[in-house]
Amino acid sequence: MPDARRPEFTAEQLNEVRRLQALYPDKQGALLPVLRLAQEAFGYVSLEAEEYVAGLFEMSPAHVHEVVTFYTLFFQQPTGRHVVSVCHNLSCHLLGSKSIVEHLTRRLGVEVGETTADGRVTLLTVECLCACEQAPMMQVDDRYEGLLTPEKVDRILDGLS
Amino acid sequence: MAEKIFTRNFDRPNSHTLGVYRETGGYSALPKAFQMEPTAITEEVKKSNLRGLGGAAFPTGTKWSFIPKGGTAPKYLVINADEGEPGTFKDRFLLERDPHALIEGMIIAARAIDSHVGFVYIRGEYVRPWEIFSGAVKEAYDAGLLGRSIQGSGFDFDIVVHRGAGAYICGEETGLLSSLEGRKGWPKIKPPFPAIKGAFGQPTIVNNVETIAAVPHIINRGAEWFAGLGTKTQGGTRLYSVSGHVVKPGVVEAPVSVTLRSLIYDHCGGIRDGRRLKAVVPGGSSAPILTAEEIDVSMDADGLKAAGTMIGSAGVIVMDETVSIPEALMVVARFYAHESCGQCTPCRESTGWIYKMAHRIVEGKGRKEDLDTILDVAKRGAGTTICAFYDGAVGPYVSYIEKFREEFEALIPRDA
Repeated sequence: MPDARRPEFTAEQLNEVRRLQALYPDKQGALLPVLRLAQEAFGYVSLEAEEYVAGLFEMSPAHVHEVVTFYTLFFQQPTGRHVVSVCHNLSCHLLGSKSIVEHLTRRLGVEVGETTADGRVTLLTVECLCACEQAPMMQVDDRYEGLLTPEKVDRILDGLS
Repeated sequence: MAEKIFTRNFDRPNSHTLGVYRETGGYSALPKAFQMEPTAITEEVKKSNLRGLGGAAFPTGTKWSFIPKGGTAPKYLVINADEGEPGTFKDRFLLERDPHALIEGMIIAARAIDSHVGFVYIRGEYVRPWEIFSGAVKEAYDAGLLGRSIQGSGFDFDIVVHRGAGAYICGEETGLLSSLEGRKGWPKIKPPFPAIKGAFGQPTIVNNVETIAAVPHIINRGAEWFAGLGTKTQGGTRLYSVSGHVVKPGVVEAPVSVTLRSLIYDHCGGIRDGRRLKAVVPGGSSAPILTAEEIDVSMDADGLKAAGTMIGSAGVIVMDETVSIPEALMVVARFYAHESCGQCTPCRESTGWIYKMAHRIVEGKGRKEDLDTILDVAKRGAGTTICAFYDGAVGPYVSYIEKFREEFEALIPRDA
């Protein structure tokens, strides 16, 4: 993965930036999608990446920083190879999300918000992911995993690289 | 068995594809809509008594009629697929299982309001719904159902799929517009309403996924049919997301006049493990809670309003007798404290204070005055902020404490 501290898109990625910017009446509309692209390319959104993206939009780095810090899906620090986000909102709470979080912290040896020492998994708790019919549930990278039990959580963790 | 509209294809294999959608009559409303004058489409939707199914229950046709007629300035249709109200998941089902109903509805709505670009704002965490919906949009383009002169009608319409980045407040329509414009999702002061000055400063209609998915059916089968399915003031069936301690959680389609009791016991199999019902949140976490004795209510917007709560997003969260209401309040208060966007002082400060108080009560460290302080802080702030977020938080703060006060008091040490 390219160095997040010296971010620069490839020619292909820059074409994608221009395509995204052209979709909106004002190219600023493409800021969230381009930040997502930056995060995918560089692993997280560093201050340097914010400045780089600001340049692509001819806007101030302060504006980009304001946006990055507002949304939960932009990471300002490196994460593990996998991000496990356990829902702890009401429906999942009713069906035992607390014990799922406790199981994960024990099994991974980290607290919520931390990354395992081997850089494999970052553990988070999040607000409602709107899959309450599968409560308790969590998101593992792009996937939703529901009807969780400690055994199921173990199987999911075993499947992660 | 009541008629199924939204869910009619949910169990068919490949219901998300154009082929299956067409086999069951999909895109047959479109030629009809192209034969209708735009104002006639709006009138038909008005007569159907379709009301917004995202939360506010505003009459859809009336909303459309606020768009200024004529002029050369662009108008935008924005779909709110930023589903985030705790306890709600029906838009996820629609995006994954019936995406073409949304696309067809968007084309018809766009014709009604003279818009040629529609944005679909999908919450960032919804990766699979985004993939499936984007696939459906591509299919529609390839089949000439989107783009230039759709089906030779001379009507142009493009869809841009936009992904959010994690923020509940972007489900509030003006917060959503701020986010779509590449900013943090701060709600905007109204007026001007989006219909006058919305996305990128232009007249804009923001509608929920399910609301627009209803439109092809209304055009196909007529406003009277749709209105006849519901109550005097709200037409149709709708999707209820039911979760918590029921035997069969899931998305239930039922007429808007269904009772809460019927949803829980007839549609979802009653309470798990033979336990008793304690309380229900009827319309997403912002809706004031109902006790087990209060479930003989009609689940339409006005029925729940009369019962002192709200239908909101129709997310029904069922709690059995084992649930600690103070703990539930702490969970909900944590959510509002986390999601307050920070723009208005009463909301930014009160959501934090109330979470702290709810937390210490659950920890057994509450103070005698805490309950009255929460009620006081909650009620003072209501109605003082730019958007409805804080009013939504006040719903649970006040109702949980007022209806289950003894349970809270039991946790507060006597000498505190």
